[in-house]
Amino acid sequence: MAARRGGWVRICSLLAVAVLAGLGAEAKNSEDVRCKCICPPYKDHSGHIYNKNVSQKDCDCLHVVEPMPVPGPDVEAYCLRCECKYEERSSVTIKVTIIIYLSILGLLLLYMVYLTLVEPILKRRLFGHSQLIQSDEDIGDHQPFANAHDVLARSRSRANVLNKVEYAQQRWKLQVQEQRKSVFDRHVVLS
Amino acid sequence: MVNAGDMNGSGNLMDFLDEPFPDVGTYEDFHTIDWLREKSRDTDRHRKITSKSKESIWEFIKSLLDAWSGWVVMLLIGLLAGTLAGVIDLAVDWMTDLKEGVCLSAFWYSHEQCCWTSNETTFDDRDKCPQWQKWSELLVSQSEGASAYILNYFLYIIWALCFAFLAVSLVRVFAPYACGSGIPEIKTILSGFIIRGYLGKWTLLIKTVTLVLVVSSGLSLGKEGPLVHVACCCGNFFSSLFSKYSKNEGKRREVLSAAAAAGVSVAFGAPIGGVLFSLEEVSYYFPLKTLWRSFFAALVAAFTLRSINPFGNSRLVLFYVEYHTPWYMAELFPFILLGVFGGLWGTLFIRCNIAWCRRRKTTRLGKYPVLEVIVITAITAIIAYPNPYTRRSTSELISELFNDCGALESSQLCDYINDPNMTRPVDDIPDRPAGPGVYTAMWQLALALVFKIVITIFTFGMKIPSGLFIPSMAVGAMAGRMVGIGVEQLAYHHHDWIIFRNWCRPGADCVTPGLYAMVGAAACLGGVTRMTVSLVVIMFELTGGLEYIVPLMAAAVTSKWVADAFGKEGIYEAHIHLNGYPFLDVKDEFTHRTLATDVMRPRRGEAPLSVLTQDSMTVEDVETLIKETDYNGFPVVVSKDSERLIGFAQRRELILAIKNARQRQDGVVSNSIVYFTEDPPELPPNSPHPLKLRRILNLSPFTVTDHTPMETVVDIFRKLGLRQCLVTRSGRLLGIITKKDVLRHMAQMANQDPESIMFN
Repeated sequence: MAARRGGWVRICSLLAVAVLAGLGAEAKNSEDVRCKCICPPYKDHSGHIYNKNVSQKDCDCLHVVEPMPVPGPDVEAYCLRCECKYEERSSVTIKVTIIIYLSILGLLLLYMVYLTLVEPILKRRLFGHSQLIQSDEDIGDHQPFANAHDVLARSRSRANVLNKVEYAQQRWKLQVQEQRKSVFDRHVVLS
Repeated sequence: MVNAGDMNGSGNLMDFLDEPFPDVGTYEDFHTIDWLREKSRDTDRHRKITSKSKESIWEFIKSLLDAWSGWVVMLLIGLLAGTLAGVIDLAVDWMTDLKEGVCLSAFWYSHEQCCWTSNETTFDDRDKCPQWQKWSELLVSQSEGASAYILNYFLYIIWALCFAFLAVSLVRVFAPYACGSGIPEIKTILSGFIIRGYLGKWTLLIKTVTLVLVVSSGLSLGKEGPLVHVACCCGNFFSSLFSKYSKNEGKRREVLSAAAAAGVSVAFGAPIGGVLFSLEEVSYYFPLKTLWRSFFAALVAAFTLRSINPFGNSRLVLFYVEYHTPWYMAELFPFILLGVFGGLWGTLFIRCNIAWCRRRKTTRLGKYPVLEVIVITAITAIIAYPNPYTRRSTSELISELFNDCGALESSQLCDYINDPNMTRPVDDIPDRPAGPGVYTAMWQLALALVFKIVITIFTFGMKIPSGLFIPSMAVGAMAGRMVGIGVEQLAYHHHDWIIFRNWCRPGADCVTPGLYAMVGAAACLGGVTRMTVSLVVIMFELTGGLEYIVPLMAAAVTSKWVADAFGKEGIYEAHIHLNGYPFLDVKDEFTHRTLATDVMRPRRGEAPLSVLTQDSMTVEDVETLIKETDYNGFPVVVSKDSERLIGFAQRRELILAIKNARQRQDGVVSNSIVYFTEDPPELPPNSPHPLKLRRILNLSPFTVTDHTPMETVVDIFRKLGLRQCLVTRSGRLLGIITKKDVLRHMAQMANQDPESIMFN
């Protein structure tokens, strides 16, 4: 399960790479380009910001600032103080990225809830009260994956695909448990 | 998750689910690799491919593919690292603003993106628009007033706690190795240490996801160090697809060095700085071939990030600076002062942080990681919200501090008193007197500075991904900006003093406080990490010009000198010492006059060396020896009397070979003789089948004589990456020196605790 999950994650990340790389070079939505001119206060006119959808060569004060607030002879002095910048963004990239990120986060949360809350309840109900015998390294171990040792021992016998997946998942759980002991309990690595 | 077999094996599709069979030649967890053996293996492989390539066209093509596989790996690493950095930047942008409000038209837009198309922004309220509403407006439809403020405050804290709790739970449940910065462990891995799972796929996934969460939660940490870890995980992942790298730990580390360069490159938008950072800080052996490939990977990563364009305007980093106002020689004095501040702050931070981390490691504080994260997040959120400079994300703060104030700025920091008749163009505004907004901003910045200095000590090292670059730069930028504004006002109000008279005329733009902020940031970052060249190159790539190299260098050099006066270690070396990793630093100098006899084992009074003989031990004897001792290897001598050295055998390989032989070979029982020679020894008839173990014997172990000075021995260990070295006298084996003994001896000579070296 974990290896398949790892495979799924890999496929998703490669998809995301492809999508994003493609989107990065894509033609933009017409709303995604703008020329932004910021004009500071001048004489008795207050400051103002002008946005307009123009191409890069038309991005200057004369094309963007409409209606011009100052009369003819002052236009040059006014425009000299304005700063015009051409900006573009890709709204599709942002949307796709945020939605992919939220879905990965949601999946991880669901899996975490399943592992920490649902699975122990299911296992307890399936295997009844014979699960109460615990090896001495698991005494007091209230962490997830506490029953990985037992399941590993049990599933070594059969060899079909489903059990292989289960076996790989249990092996992953053991690895994570070892890591957790090194980092959180014994403070040996990454103190 | 380093598999011994390669992924494009010819087995069943489901074979990757099976447990990998540990064959001879792989290493155990938390052990050091044998650099010489990896190098010779790679030479063998290369020679075999070259000789086979002359046989047919297909073999020739295969040899070409093998040569090009390095470049393909670099390309893939650059693509994936750039993509992940882009995803992280976009997601952080959105989630940081989620704490304050939400965009009603499209929930996936951050504040700036939401108001991008709006035509209702005014000059003074340039970030307000009706599509983006704060939480108080959304929930109780009030945007000003005490109740709105309290509701916003409360929701800010709730969101921050929610993000931090999610992050630490994900780290704890799925990938405990994803916490911390990652750079100390990567330094150790690149020097030859093995930490299985540290660069695995789950660690990569969890580190990326939780990095976004913790940066958005407002904690005082950065994402640059963790991005190096993420890039190295990408490097590990792609190198496991090619057998050239997956089977050879030495070659794999070359790929990881290049991946680290790509990581820094996307973090700062500085490809050259990334390569120099990898060369200076992270890598242990850095052959010239790796230099070119790292540069390629860093460029590809930077280019990929640029095409994703997370910040708009094709910038790679939020705080890119675009002005080029000149600086003056007399300003070197405040720059050097900033360098001194950076060095002092670096020393203070390293000492306090190591003390706090040691307390976390040894006392009950370490038993409550989740609670610790929640408490620190709550304290950070509660204190950060009222001050506008700490409420926003640290990158935005640095961006504002680096910025030069033109006539267009409407922030408090730029609230200068403008001359209404001024007609200068935008980027040549002369020095102006400070308005009330600037004074408010100054004391707010001072409070923010103190807060950041204190809270970062407690934040770095918690069980969440945490980086150090951005908080250090923020501390330096705040200090620098305050000094810069001070100098600017001094120059304006006292332009007839001697120091200012020559270069600062009234009506000219003399002092740029933004430059002081940059110099301060560089000084603080240098004081903490003790980077030299890479720091200056990263900073000047951030500013896009060579004008400011001299101030940056002055500050970096000063801060390094001041910090080195108090302690030789940067923050990463200090954390390596704290964890007891077996890292033999190339920067340490060994200047004592001890000899090899003083360090070798066994010392006088200890049990004699455990050796194997050439052909007079049985399988049972060997197994007993292995069981009773926990040494990593045993020298092989001719016989117990003559003690002439033949070679060295590793413990792990002995165990595997004996286990293999018992299972597979006929006739090998506990009484079988184990022999390391080419031909089996003379045996009486009816004796069991002997076991030949010559293939696991290293026939060329490194030896020194007992009078070799330790300086030379340390040099040999460093340059060749040895794990152990045998000591002989007149050809007879006397003892052994391991890397742990060398580290302990160096610690003893430096009056540190030699028992803190934990790993072998």
